[in-house]
Amino acid sequence: MMQIPCPWCGPRDEAEFLCGGQTHIARPNLESSDQEWGRYLFERDNPKGLHFERWLHRMGCQQWFNLARDTVTHEIKAVYRMTDPKPEVTE
Amino acid sequence: MSAILSMDRYSLFRLLREGLGGHTGWKPAWRTPDPKPEYDVVIVGGGGHGLAAAYYLAREHGVGRVAVLEKGWLGGGNTGRNTQIVRSNYLYPESAAFYELSLKLYEGLSKDLNFNVMLSQRGIVTLAHSRHDLDSVARWANAMIVNGIDAEVLTRQQVRDLIPAMNWGPDARYPVLGGFIQRRAGMARHDAVAWGYARAADARGVDIIQNCEVTGFLRDGGRVVGVETSRGTIRAGRVGLAVAGHSGVLAAMAGFRLPIVSYALQAMVSEPIKPVLDTVVLSPSTGVYVSQSPKGEVVVGGALDLFPSYAQRGSFRTTEDVIAGFCEMFPGLRRLRMMRQWAGITDVVHDSSPIIGPAPVEGLYLNCGWGTGGFKAIPAGGFTFAHLLATGTPHPLTTGFGLDRFHTGRMIDEAAAAGIAH
Ligand SMILES: Cc1cc2nc3c(=O)[nH]c(=O)nc-3n(C[C@H](O)[C@H](O)[C@H](O)COP(=O)(O)OP(=O)(O)OC[C@H]3O[C@@H](n4cnc5c(N)ncnc54)[C@H](O)[C@@H]3O)c2cc1C
Ligand SMILES: [Zn+2]
Repeated sequence: MMQIPCPWCGPRDEAEFLCGGQTHIARPNLESSDQEWGRYLFERDNPKGLHFERWLHRMGCQQWFNLARDTVTHEIKAVYRMTDPKPEVTE
Repeated sequence: MSAILSMDRYSLFRLLREGLGGHTGWKPAWRTPDPKPEYDVVIVGGGGHGLAAAYYLAREHGVGRVAVLEKGWLGGGNTGRNTQIVRSNYLYPESAAFYELSLKLYEGLSKDLNFNVMLSQRGIVTLAHSRHDLDSVARWANAMIVNGIDAEVLTRQQVRDLIPAMNWGPDARYPVLGGFIQRRAGMARHDAVAWGYARAADARGVDIIQNCEVTGFLRDGGRVVGVETSRGTIRAGRVGLAVAGHSGVLAAMAGFRLPIVSYALQAMVSEPIKPVLDTVVLSPSTGVYVSQSPKGEVVVGGALDLFPSYAQRGSFRTTEDVIAGFCEMFPGLRRLRMMRQWAGITDVVHDSSPIIGPAPVEGLYLNCGWGTGGFKAIPAGGFTFAHLLATGTPHPLTTGFGLDRFHTGRMIDEAAAAGIAH
């Protein structure tokens, strides 16, 4: 069970949120090959450990934001806004 | 054949003889060898898929020097954590042919392996709770029938006759309007599937090496020519990955990514009770499926924790949801005490179909993407993976299940038949 600190509403129960998966994925340009589009759409880092991901406060303020979270311990290492750069976080 | 005959066979006669001898003559079901410096094929992952592939490599392809490397104990991954349901009720022709081969192999498995996998073909009932569910149940059953697989649409009364213990009251929040059944579906003992394949593979000379974690790959130019492990370097002609939820971790070691995200899937069992349920029941609307084990425990499974996770425990939030659905379906079992709850890390793919084929790196081959439903697939997954590892080319049944589908767009979207929302 996680308690997720929404940047706007503060700490709330995991049940209020929806995970949108890996964040910082850059969309390739329109001339990209089918292989590149496939990679963009489907391939993911899927690390065991530190993961940068987007979350939606679905049952709250309805805002998207980013988390740096450990996928083994579920410890949340950083919370930051959608347009912020990837923060420095130690595993 | 000679190898299987030299195996210490289990039989009634043998049991009587050992009984008279005070049960002192039983030998371990497989050896505990040290890793050799080199093999023709090394398979990473001692779950059902890795062990079955090793067995069929030896039996079907005569590949002699095979090792299975397992970082923990056999079946300690999802193979020993699942809810044991076997079925072949999928929607598309590729999946139907593949899962039907698996179910057929299951039907002969106890004899084939000389190990009782306790297959119980008690049927699986998928419930319809609304008019729309009735339509999708009819579509599902029809797709199966078109693919030559047994399926029967059921009326409300027929479901009621099969599962009288469900909530049939007028105030049921999810009233059952009908459903469909695959009668040949059912359950098999998960540990026995791992152990049976391990014992039969060992008898054919496969080295099964537990407590041996793969930590990297040995390369020659671009090609993978072996693995680095916690027990030293092992060279191999071909390397197969069958590590389920850890596929992304191994892929990263080899320098590529996969269209896979790892999620925790949980299940739980109750204290044992008298028989109340002699089929498997799946309710897509409540997101819950239920069966009763031969010991009498009620086995309850449900949704994934829908965020990436390698924690084999499962979130309490999902446990609550699953239990709520279960109480609604079986009000008479509300006061049951749950004995155990656990989770396994499942390798979920966008189209809910597996990946069996060459990796983007030469010398390396993939068996993964089973997600929440790869136990039923173990015999066919092992069989076709053995073909791939022996010949370097996909088995005809799995040509559609390669990585290329993620850029050709030729997905095999079985999300609706996966039974669990992704
Ligand atoms: C709760 C739950 C319920 C399920 N219910 C069903 C069901 O009812 N029916 C169904 O068909 N499917 C079900 N499944 C899915 C099914 O269990 C899996 O798809 C299937 O067991 C996968 O088998 P496998 O051999 O690929 O993986 P696993 O059994 O997970 O084996 C992979 C092995 O690889 C090992 N490994 C990982 N990394 C390394 C490394 N670096 N070096 C060496 N070894 C490594 C692991 O220790 C593990 O033993 C369920 C899963 C869960 C979690
Ligand atoms: Zn908020």
